[in-house]
Amino acid sequence: MKLAYYPGCSLKGTSFEYEVSLLKVLEALNIEIQEIPDWNCCGASAAHNLNHNLSVALPARNLAIAENSGFEEVLAPCAACSSRLKTAKYEMAGDDILKKRITDSLEMPYNNSLNISNMLEFLLNIAGKEKIKSLVKKPLSGLKVASYYGCLLVRPPKVMQFDDAEKPVSMDELVALTDAVPVDYSYKTECCGAINSLSKPDVVMALTGKILYDMKEHGADLVVVACPLCHSNLDVRQREIERKYAEKIGLPVLFITELLGLSFGFSPKELAIDGHMVNADKVLEKIL
Amino acid sequence: MARIGVFVCWCGSNIAGTVDVKRVAEEAAKIPGVVEAIDYKYMCSDPGQNAFRNMIKDKNLTGVVLAACSPHMHENTFRKAAIKEGLNPYFVEIANIREQVSWVHEDKEKATEKAIDLLKMMVEKVKRNKPIEDVRVPLTKKALVIGGGISGIQAALDIANGGVEVILVEKEPSIGGKMIQLDETFPTLDCSSCIMTPKMVEAYQHPNIKLYTYSELEDVSGYIGNFNVKIRKKARSIVEKDCTGCGDCWNACPMHKNVKSEFNVNLSERTAIYVPFPQAVPLIPVIDRSVCLHYKKGGKCQKCYDACGPKCINFDLQDEIIEEKVGAIVAATGYDLMENSLYGEYGYGQFKDVVSGLQFERLLSASGPTEGVIKRPSDGKTPETIVFIQCVGSRDPEKGVPYCSKVCCMYTAKHAKLFAHKVHGSQSYVFYIDIRATSKGYEEFVRSTMENDGAIYLRGRVSKIYENGGKLIVKGADTLSGNQVEIAADMVVLATGVIPKKGSDKMAQMLGISYDKYGFYTESHPKLRPAESSTAGIYLAGMAQGPRDIPESVVSGSAAASKILGLFSKSEYEVEGTIASVNKTTCVGCFYCQRVCAYSAISKEEVKDRSGNVLKVVANVNSGLCTGCGACVNACFSKSIDVRGFMDEQIFAEIKSLAV
Repeated sequence: MKLAYYPGCSLKGTSFEYEVSLLKVLEALNIEIQEIPDWNCCGASAAHNLNHNLSVALPARNLAIAENSGFEEVLAPCAACSSRLKTAKYEMAGDDILKKRITDSLEMPYNNSLNISNMLEFLLNIAGKEKIKSLVKKPLSGLKVASYYGCLLVRPPKVMQFDDAEKPVSMDELVALTDAVPVDYSYKTECCGAINSLSKPDVVMALTGKILYDMKEHGADLVVVACPLCHSNLDVRQREIERKYAEKIGLPVLFITELLGLSFGFSPKELAIDGHMVNADKVLEKIL
Repeated sequence: MARIGVFVCWCGSNIAGTVDVKRVAEEAAKIPGVVEAIDYKYMCSDPGQNAFRNMIKDKNLTGVVLAACSPHMHENTFRKAAIKEGLNPYFVEIANIREQVSWVHEDKEKATEKAIDLLKMMVEKVKRNKPIEDVRVPLTKKALVIGGGISGIQAALDIANGGVEVILVEKEPSIGGKMIQLDETFPTLDCSSCIMTPKMVEAYQHPNIKLYTYSELEDVSGYIGNFNVKIRKKARSIVEKDCTGCGDCWNACPMHKNVKSEFNVNLSERTAIYVPFPQAVPLIPVIDRSVCLHYKKGGKCQKCYDACGPKCINFDLQDEIIEEKVGAIVAATGYDLMENSLYGEYGYGQFKDVVSGLQFERLLSASGPTEGVIKRPSDGKTPETIVFIQCVGSRDPEKGVPYCSKVCCMYTAKHAKLFAHKVHGSQSYVFYIDIRATSKGYEEFVRSTMENDGAIYLRGRVSKIYENGGKLIVKGADTLSGNQVEIAADMVVLATGVIPKKGSDKMAQMLGISYDKYGFYTESHPKLRPAESSTAGIYLAGMAQGPRDIPESVVSGSAAASKILGLFSKSEYEVEGTIASVNKTTCVGCFYCQRVCAYSAISKEEVKDRSGNVLKVVANVNSGLCTGCGACVNACFSKSIDVRGFMDEQIFAEIKSLAV
């Protein structure tokens, strides 16, 4: 099966650590992916608020190129990207008129046939738990890891068709494969404030703060995410939140692929963990 | 030779204002076969009817056509008048020139033309009419009531008090339904069991009521007046006539605290031999064979048998099948509540202190697991703060059902009120979408919960519940103030939505009645025939039709009963003669008609020669079930079915009259 890779903007910019680590992990898993040629913006954040046609056409173009290049499966590691791609597929599957309009505007044939996976789905379904487990050379025993899902990975449930919208477990399952301890806490799917980070930082700090303090309260050493925007809110804003609420948090935030990479024996540097704002050295000392 | 009389009604200015009635009458008089055509201001008045009767008599008419209002209005009036003059009532036809002409058109010229056309059609039809006799069906004057909740009990009692025998079938070991599980009832706060148990006992002891508890309907066949039903009386393992209900057996059962009590909605445990609650009717225990050690361990345990004084326990009793013949059936199968687990954001049924409304009723009830002291299930502490969430599943097309469950606004107000009465200094919060308190005394009741009992009502929904430090953190929106709220509660009560009783769809299929997409039984007419199902002889009552409260359930039970008593007041059931009939010579027995018949009115009939050899199998119409809808006529490939009064010949004549 030919597997397409849709990086989206974040993985080539602010969340380059995600791309670096996922390429390492997939290489170790012996899974070959190919970037979709001439890919464009998925339209996240802005398009679906402004122009419905555009919000479907942008992701549809990427899917059409992938389909016409003979791919059957697309990996979209960014939660917003996978959400937009899945939504476009879902909407066109249920609306022939929309599908025709979009296909006409793309000026290339398109069957809406591709399967789209977010990072967690891809790891669980394509790689499989057994294979991941077999590659764990450096068990992260004793490390308490809080998995944060955010909103887009599992919602809306009828579009995403992935995990449980109210009590997701897929990331915790991956964490458990590394022998780390998944932390149960209350705010796994609560909103981090998302893109308001730029327009209303106060709101984001209040929301993200709640999540981080709750993780801390439940004993987490470390946080894992599978979404660049979640990562940016939890990681980049953390110092400001500590200052605002005058209480230390100190929770390094890693991408799930970085955590897997560590357990596969890659060094933090190889996985670009040093690219994050909250320093992970101290926490990782415990296990490395 | 046809001798047709025509009457054109003015209906005051209702018809005459838009239709030139004089011209219609003049044109009618020219149609071959019409002996006289007159117009009259109000045909339905006494003088109008007299003119109608006189013409039949004086002109020796063979048929009559009225150009007037819809046949739904006065067809019967004139059919009766015709009978009095010795004319078969099916020789009266009505051309509807009011609803179909004057009320819907403005151009008088064109409207008059249309009225003349409609009239012509009816004249051509009536010339070809044949006398039709109404069908009479014998009646077995005995009723079956399915479901021993409040509506079923009410129906059974009303029928029985009317002097008719009733068979009351209840699936559970005791009658009482959901109502007996409730604590106090809104808006009067009378204790549910205090008003319910006398009715249960009355039903049990009534000489006209035969009660089958722990029994299920197995099969129904037949039609109005003549249903054959099979009832499976499940084996209680108790010889009922000898049991005194003393309780020695369940006290001796070693399986105490092993099985969740259905009656207390999983808030307490019961034994393997048990009565669901102390006031059960009948007060006869039942052995739950799925957990009893006697059955599970090959007969070793018989502690209940040893303890039983009258030795009325018999482990070998088998299910019995009872066959009964009844003339009418009431389906009062009740409702269920949605599962808490539907709502992950409210804890998936995992947080012990998040309970359903029905569970909270049991916590309030003096006969409940806490003897009426409100204690939370997790640690038995009395809660000081309770959050009530309304519309959990109701009015939620995404995750639940789009309809309103109707009772939750009121019982939540009642819960908050009783909580305030029982735990002084406590605080309740109610999240709601709207308050629907529309019956007598309801609005006042909710108001008093807010104003006298201090419940804080927040308009908005709850997004999530967390457990934190022994408290339930309830996150929600207060849409009136526009604020996000977070309440640390000791307990949360979910007003989970009402859904039809599990298996109600199967029951409907067995009875041959229609049900909606949720599984609630559908009324024959939602407004004008609310007690009747789509099938003659089967009546509906209670929550099986949709959400309703106790007074409405009682009313619906009584309504079904009065319909049945009305039906049974005649010696035979009369069906209009305009039903389907099969031409057995041309019928090829494909039974496509059987597949399209919504009333299960078509059966197979063998045609035999003199020596009894089957020549062929043809369709046969059961006149008790047929409604004359005509679906089979359209479905018949060999043109072997006609509906009497609407034969092909008549319909074609109508159409032809327009072509000339």
